[in-house]
Amino acid sequence: MLKTRLIPVLLLKNGILVRSRSFSLHQFTGNHLYQVQRFSDWKADEIIYLDITRDNNYNLYSGKSVIGSTSSNINMKHNNQDNIIDIIKSVSKVCRVPLTIGGKIKNLKDISLRLKAGADKVAINTAALEDPLFIKKASEEFGSQCIVISIDVKKDLQKKSDKWNIYKKFGKEKVNIGLSEWIKKIQDLGAGEILIQSINRDGQGKGYDLKLLEVVSNISKIPVIALAGVGEYQDFVDGYNVNKDLALAAANIFHFTELSVLNAKKYMIKNKINTRL
Amino acid sequence: MSVCIIDYGLGNIASIFNAMKYIGADVIVSDDPFKIKNSSHLILPGVGSFKKGMQKLNQRGLDEILNFEVINNKKPILGICLGMQFFATTSSEGGIVKGLDWISGNVSRINNKLSNLRVPHIGWNDLKINSTSRLLNNNIDTHCYFVHSYYFNVNNTKYITGTCSYGNDITAIVEKDNIYGVQFHPEKSHETGLKILKNFINIKC
Repeated sequence: MLKTRLIPVLLLKNGILVRSRSFSLHQFTGNHLYQVQRFSDWKADEIIYLDITRDNNYNLYSGKSVIGSTSSNINMKHNNQDNIIDIIKSVSKVCRVPLTIGGKIKNLKDISLRLKAGADKVAINTAALEDPLFIKKASEEFGSQCIVISIDVKKDLQKKSDKWNIYKKFGKEKVNIGLSEWIKKIQDLGAGEILIQSINRDGQGKGYDLKLLEVVSNISKIPVIALAGVGEYQDFVDGYNVNKDLALAAANIFHFTELSVLNAKKYMIKNKINTRL
Repeated sequence: MSVCIIDYGLGNIASIFNAMKYIGADVIVSDDPFKIKNSSHLILPGVGSFKKGMQKLNQRGLDEILNFEVINNKKPILGICLGMQFFATTSSEGGIVKGLDWISGNVSRINNKLSNLRVPHIGWNDLKINSTSRLLNNNIDTHCYFVHSYYFNVNNTKYITGTCSYGNDITAIVEKDNIYGVQFHPEKSHETGLKILKNFINIKC
């Protein structure tokens, strides 16, 4: 029987690992190589790596847009790399589970470079919204199984709107397409998986947007990965209860606690969820 | 022991290369007939479409080289995912496409027309292993990472030494003489996967 996947997400900004809130506040959290190896050892089912660098600057420790530092036991020397491809190469050497790389993927060459460096899948957002046929080209070239379409949605809370709007460019720009229409479209074009993320819930620790997960998993015929909002292990169970096919992802909760992936899995098993341990 | 990962210009080779290094194998990546000939074990990796993959194998003349090494010289080969599916007679992915025809059967899409099964089949699934398996014998409770939309319908079930359940039983492992194939990704299946890779390189020619 297929097991429920638990997936830690690492956010990389200018070559260093950060945590995020509402897609805007970013805080330095530690060494990514060390994290990937720990996650891999702790039975994470996959690892997703999102490069949220806004420009092409991978110059480490420039720290312009990074605030605070929350980790002290870091071996800094591993971080001395100057582009994402080198980062993937080093990460894939220690990662014994599937590795998805997202962020700044604009064309087939970008995908090819990442796969060659050791990524197993790529997550695409803005480029797919700007040219949906890119999904078709990418899935024909590399196979659907490695094309994850990441969908960022936000509700306009000031207008008290109940509608999820789709955003591109790291949540900066609203796109005029309905959520269900977009899901059906990417499926037809050959997407292999959906990574659904609520910008409102990002970094809040109040749990997934369960209604959003329900809507997306009902429309989608391809696997769906839920992201954004997890603050405690029970939130994974709540996500699972919406739809047992959902893969459960989170970022911040895994960063600060030792053995957090293992403990989350133990909690899930206690709650009768079939996951790998 | 020396392992050659066949490079036909498709698929994620870094992952399998890293895993082989990790278990201490003497491993190279190549499409050079001479290097393929001089290796004791071959790995045929692959993700992507069957049609494109076979075209690339044929363009580089690798189909003939592999036929010679595997069928005539009986060199052990491990096909992974699409690499295993190439062993079939035909595939229905992208029209009817001819495979290497080492293990008679067809590759077809996981049928979810009548069910709410999600395709691709992605994630960790339990393996049901036949005791005759040389890649993983007497391992019950074991799980591996799958990611695929098509599966290998093998005509003679005696060559199927492992299955997993996804809607129906899906071929997970095939073994026929010196020919070995896995639908899942051992290089991404943590300890179980590494064990399979170790078992493979320990198979004597």
